[in-house]
Amino acid sequence: MKKAQEQNKPKKYGMVIDLDKCTGCGACMVACMAENNVPFKKDESNKKDSITWMRVYKLTNDEKYPDADICYLPRPCQHCEGQHGHSPCVSVCPATATDYSEETGIVSQIYTRCFGCRYCMAACPYHARYFNWWDPVWPEGMEKMLNPDVSPRMRGIVEKCSFCFHRYQSAMDKAHYEGRRDIEEGEYQTACTQACPAGAITFGDLNNPAHKVHELKKHPDAFRLLERLGTNPKIYYMSNREWVRKAGDNHLMAEKPAKKQH
Amino acid sequence: MDSALIPEGVKRCSTGKFALFIGIVGAVLLWGVYAMLLCWLKGLNQTNMNDYYGFALWIWADLAVIALGGGAFFTGFLRYIVGKDELKNIINYAVLIGFICYSSALLILAIDIGQPLRGWFIFWHANVHSMLTEVAFCLSCYFAVLSIEYLPLILENRQLNKVPFFHHLAHNMHEVMAVFAATGAFLSFFHQGSLGGVAGVLFGRPFSFREGVFVWPWTFFLFTWSAAAYGPCFTLSLTKLIEAITGKQLVGEKCVNLLAKISGWMILTYIIAKIADTWYWASVLAPAQGFTLMDFYSNNPVYGIWILVLEIVIGGIIPALILITERGRKNPMLFILAIILGVIGVSINRWVMVLQVMAVPVMPFDTWAMYFPSWQEIATTILPVAYGVILIAISYRYLPVFPQERELND
Ligand code: SF4
Ligand code: SF4
Repeated sequence: MKKAQEQNKPKKYGMVIDLDKCTGCGACMVACMAENNVPFKKDESNKKDSITWMRVYKLTNDEKYPDADICYLPRPCQHCEGQHGHSPCVSVCPATATDYSEETGIVSQIYTRCFGCRYCMAACPYHARYFNWWDPVWPEGMEKMLNPDVSPRMRGIVEKCSFCFHRYQSAMDKAHYEGRRDIEEGEYQTACTQACPAGAITFGDLNNPAHKVHELKKHPDAFRLLERLGTNPKIYYMSNREWVRKAGDNHLMAEKPAKKQH
Repeated sequence: MDSALIPEGVKRCSTGKFALFIGIVGAVLLWGVYAMLLCWLKGLNQTNMNDYYGFALWIWADLAVIALGGGAFFTGFLRYIVGKDELKNIINYAVLIGFICYSSALLILAIDIGQPLRGWFIFWHANVHSMLTEVAFCLSCYFAVLSIEYLPLILENRQLNKVPFFHHLAHNMHEVMAVFAATGAFLSFFHQGSLGGVAGVLFGRPFSFREGVFVWPWTFFLFTWSAAAYGPCFTLSLTKLIEAITGKQLVGEKCVNLLAKISGWMILTYIIAKIADTWYWASVLAPAQGFTLMDFYSNNPVYGIWILVLEIVIGGIIPALILITERGRKNPMLFILAIILGVIGVSINRWVMVLQVMAVPVMPFDTWAMYFPSWQEIATTILPVAYGVILIAISYRYLPVFPQERELND
């Protein structure tokens, strides 16, 4: 009965990222940039105005050797479902330039409608949204290497991770062409999932019992970032280290204090 | 040279002196216009904002001028709706200041968005759930109302008023002004409130998030209330400033006293509500999200707990106590102190509700985000100030802004 109910649920794509597997190599960041035509600057030293839809944070437990420990935390857009279907960013956008898809659970961004008020950036607690402070410029010849499935963005608008939505569309197109109504697990993968050499990222439909993420998200080591804010993210993290799990949210003095990023 | 344009029976400085003054302020204005063009042509990379600090000086300036310009709607409400007739002697000036504040706010917004040519999308693709949509609609409509309220004053210029059509138009507009004042008060209730809601609905930002009353977070009501309370302080400050510059008394004691007294009581009641809000937020809302009060005020070079004291005690309780007492209002030094502290108090409130919100780290492994505006941001923020000074100077010189000027200076 429960299974039948779950099967009738709409799709809800999400990720489970195993932080104990992540080595912080950054392959996901590079794959994401290449896949999604993310522009870059000559000088990327100021991380606060460069665009990295997928960003890897380095956390430490602040202990001295030999107890010192580090953890790398990849952070794409969390595709928050929010309260009553209102993600923090979606409900505030005055021009409906960002949207929550009931069909896939993906929070999308309509570049041609965004006028750059940046209210969504103020609303996102994960800093997952990026403003195009500059016109996108690619080294000569590189414009020929751009992914034709993804539109490059112009100056003055906000962009963010889309779970490589174009890949979902082409997977669906292929399925329809082959006379299928839907796609199987693995037919739609994000670029970062595909690129991760450690296999730390698992992607799929959180609502579909046939998908691996459906089970993984229920693992006792699974947690979500800033869960108590009520953003209801669709990115789950996993770690068997307690300090890592605690670092996922803010904690009062009575609780175990969280660790600082270095 | 321009004496034919100056209202009858009042004295103004020489044309040369006036032109020199306008020239100096005009140079500052041009500096701002240059910075504005840089932002439009080259983009917001001309600012020091970044992805952590996407809302910064301009948004603060917007919120602050709108709160300070609140003197226009509240004075209009008191004069036309409540029937405080004494306030007729300051209403023109309050409307003029309101007009300047709101036109400045719209100008700053036009610079602040990344795609200014798409600004109209906010109306065309309106998202009814967004507080900013409500702000945009009400702000534009209220600016139109303020323009309508300012128009009869322009038509009362000595030369324009000789044209019978303009004379009658101005007269008839005065007759129906209560309708516009009521419309203005209604619109202001919503846009001032929505500006409070802009920060209050950010449930991902525990520093600003507040729970709701109906569909609004309660910052909605605090913002409207504070604008009505502190707006008159700004009107009175600028009145005193222009009186000091011109060396004349321009508004009668009775009128000033009445507006100051109402403002004082409004500030007092507002600040009690604000203290209750702060207490509930610090003891219930923030802990529910994993924060203590001091998480928001420590470990950073700028946002110490002093900012809360400055906002509530120095910019709230003190001016309120001065303005509600007869002795406080009658003492010129204390009076000036109170209205200046009031202006600071509301400006600090708007500052923390946008800038501190951006600075406070939310993710446990993040750090405080600090920011200092670029010269382009500063110049474009000073631009409306220069524009306001010029508009006040021209209006004062050529229009009957202060109806009591003649009788008070005979
Ligand atoms: S992570 Fe940020 S951008 Fe992504 S859905 Fe959540 S609030 Fe929106
Ligand atoms: S920046 Fe764009 S997407 Fe974000 S709130 Fe403004 S219009 Fe919407």
